[in-house]
Amino acid sequence: MMWRALTLFVAIFIAAPGLTARAADTIKVAYTDPLSGPFAEVGDQNLKQMQYIIDYINARGGALGKKFELVSFDNKSQPSEALIALKTVVDQNIPIIMQCSGSNIAAALIDAVEKNNIRNPDSRVVYVNCGAVATELTNEKCSFWHFRFDANAAQKAEILVRALPEDVKKVYMLNQDYLFGQSLQRDVKTYLAKLRSDVQVVGDELIPLGKIKDFSPYVTKIKAAGAQALITGNWGPDMSLLIKAGMDAGLDITYYTLYAHLGGGPTAIGPRGGGKVFVVQPFNENISVETGNKDLEQWTSDFRKTHDFDFYAAGFRTIFEFIQAGFNKAGSTDPTKFAEALEGLKLTDMLGREVTMRRDDHQFIGEYFVGIFSKDVKYDSEKTGLGWKTVKTVEGNEIAQPTTCQMKRPSS
Amino acid sequence: MEVFLVTLLNGLVYGMLLFMLASGLTLIFSMMGVLNFAHASIYMIGAYLAYELSRHLDFWAALVIAPILCGLIGAAIEMYGLRKVHRNGHLAELLFTFGLAFIIEKAVQMIWGLVAVPYRVPSALDFSLFTIYGTTFPAYRAFMLLISALMFVAIWLLLTRTRIGLIIQAALVHPDMVGALGHNVPRVFTIVFAGGSALAGLAGVIGGNYLVTEPAMAFTMGPIVFVVVVFGGLGSLEGCFIASLIIGLVQTFAVVLDVSLADLLARLGIVVTATTPFAEILTVRLPRVGALLPFVLLVLILLFKPRGLLGTRDT
Repeated sequence: MMWRALTLFVAIFIAAPGLTARAADTIKVAYTDPLSGPFAEVGDQNLKQMQYIIDYINARGGALGKKFELVSFDNKSQPSEALIALKTVVDQNIPIIMQCSGSNIAAALIDAVEKNNIRNPDSRVVYVNCGAVATELTNEKCSFWHFRFDANAAQKAEILVRALPEDVKKVYMLNQDYLFGQSLQRDVKTYLAKLRSDVQVVGDELIPLGKIKDFSPYVTKIKAAGAQALITGNWGPDMSLLIKAGMDAGLDITYYTLYAHLGGGPTAIGPRGGGKVFVVQPFNENISVETGNKDLEQWTSDFRKTHDFDFYAAGFRTIFEFIQAGFNKAGSTDPTKFAEALEGLKLTDMLGREVTMRRDDHQFIGEYFVGIFSKDVKYDSEKTGLGWKTVKTVEGNEIAQPTTCQMKRPSS
Repeated sequence: MEVFLVTLLNGLVYGMLLFMLASGLTLIFSMMGVLNFAHASIYMIGAYLAYELSRHLDFWAALVIAPILCGLIGAAIEMYGLRKVHRNGHLAELLFTFGLAFIIEKAVQMIWGLVAVPYRVPSALDFSLFTIYGTTFPAYRAFMLLISALMFVAIWLLLTRTRIGLIIQAALVHPDMVGALGHNVPRVFTIVFAGGSALAGLAGVIGGNYLVTEPAMAFTMGPIVFVVVVFGGLGSLEGCFIASLIIGLVQTFAVVLDVSLADLLARLGIVVTATTPFAEILTVRLPRVGALLPFVLLVLILLFKPRGLLGTRDT
């Protein structure tokens, strides 16, 4: 009697996840990022911004008559944890897994998704990459099931190098010692050699990811090298602690960054950083003011009413609009049909520009902005009194770099 | 020269912070033989308590109250936890403190969340004290040096000039004999554990806003503190002091010394190219492996002088 009850109990337990997925009237989107550990703030803020965006998309009908539902998984910045999350995603028949923070995790996911989709053609998953930008992921490591919705390191490196003023002759490079940091290090040097051969790289540093809490020794080195500008792809605490140490020490340089606008960055820069910090960003809340886009401005400023940090990832709305359009075009939630619908898709984004999910390598091609930390803005960042002001707009076709991807498409 | 001086100062600050943490652990480890894995967790509790207290009161209140609270927590752990586990041996005590470290980490995550809390340097100390070769030295770092120096002097005076200090010193080296002489060794243990925890709490108060206050800070600082304790040697507070400074300076200087083994070999006339065997290891620059160096030192000291620098006894 007890064994039968036990078996019944176990059977229900195993069947339950499958039941909920099939019977649900929502389309689930899985999201994995560090929600604990040194990068917890990045994952946590991404999650909240995505939830706000999904509410907007659902208010506009969602896709296929169903609403989207976000399911989050903490990967603790470990590829192994991300793969465990992927296993759960596959078991629950969730069609999409999104991930933004950590190219090492992205590389592991691309591999695992590729293998899963070959071995389990009935439980396929599409990997939507919202921020892992190591260049290799849409070149040597490209995959049909991977869609990258952020400019890659090589594209951002080109934007950074083009943004360097003429009078800067000595730059110091500092990056995180993993796939992305090494990718950016290599790409910045390539573009410096190509576009600014007058610039000398006086320092080239790789730091362990998420471990350094006190950057003052590095600031000492940067000063001793006589650098005029610091180029860094650091994100999370590696960015905010670096800039904090630089500001505390009164370091007289300009910072050219990719991620100084994420949570914690503006606070670390502080009021002393006006005019000294540049960032390459897909969006900032002052662009709608600069372009006179009242609806967008209303939507992004409403975010501030219910959240105590900037809506720096408002650009994720473009990603979800692509997902919405992809499902509607495919006519079903079948991952294979969705992927086939998504590649090559062109949309008009919330700033009114045409953006593409390039078919050759599944790289997003769209506009990017160079912002400077300035007092002269309507929306300030993290209550510092200063915010991001656009100094340069780079159109998508200006950074549509060639790719070495040889994509293998599924035969079915 | 400027790089040397600035790095020296920064290394000293970091080394003194390590000393504050490690001194409590050395005392506890030397006296009771307990490798207290929860020591760095009490450091974390000190930082979080200081954050809360400086929000509702101010930083100076936190500076006094938080270490006292941590001392009380330490006393409670010792009296109601370790004392009961003690009869099962050292391994049981170790596992108990190990489990405690995890429980404390989860409790902190549940109470204050997974994300780092904005525990900041008080505005009264947030200015630059002096400028050395164009780099400003924040006043807060000088404050940290001051507090750790005062603390070192206070411990030294306590241990050498008071009766309880003499008993503690004796129990550090010959715990059984002290018990045989009729002193209340369990009470001495509790006092030492509470004192060590209070020190860890103080380290948390001043280190939490210098570094980052987050749930992972215990497991980030913990291993380095153990290295310091083993490197300095059991039973010796002076050894702990020297070891903290050495490791603090080594980790800080490693960042600015841009050399690799290949450079050293080049001095001897051996040129390392891309095809030389082990070329990848030989060309790694020191800053990139700086975080490894304390552990390399740990392995070396265990190989050549297992008692540590100034250790007076084995466990």
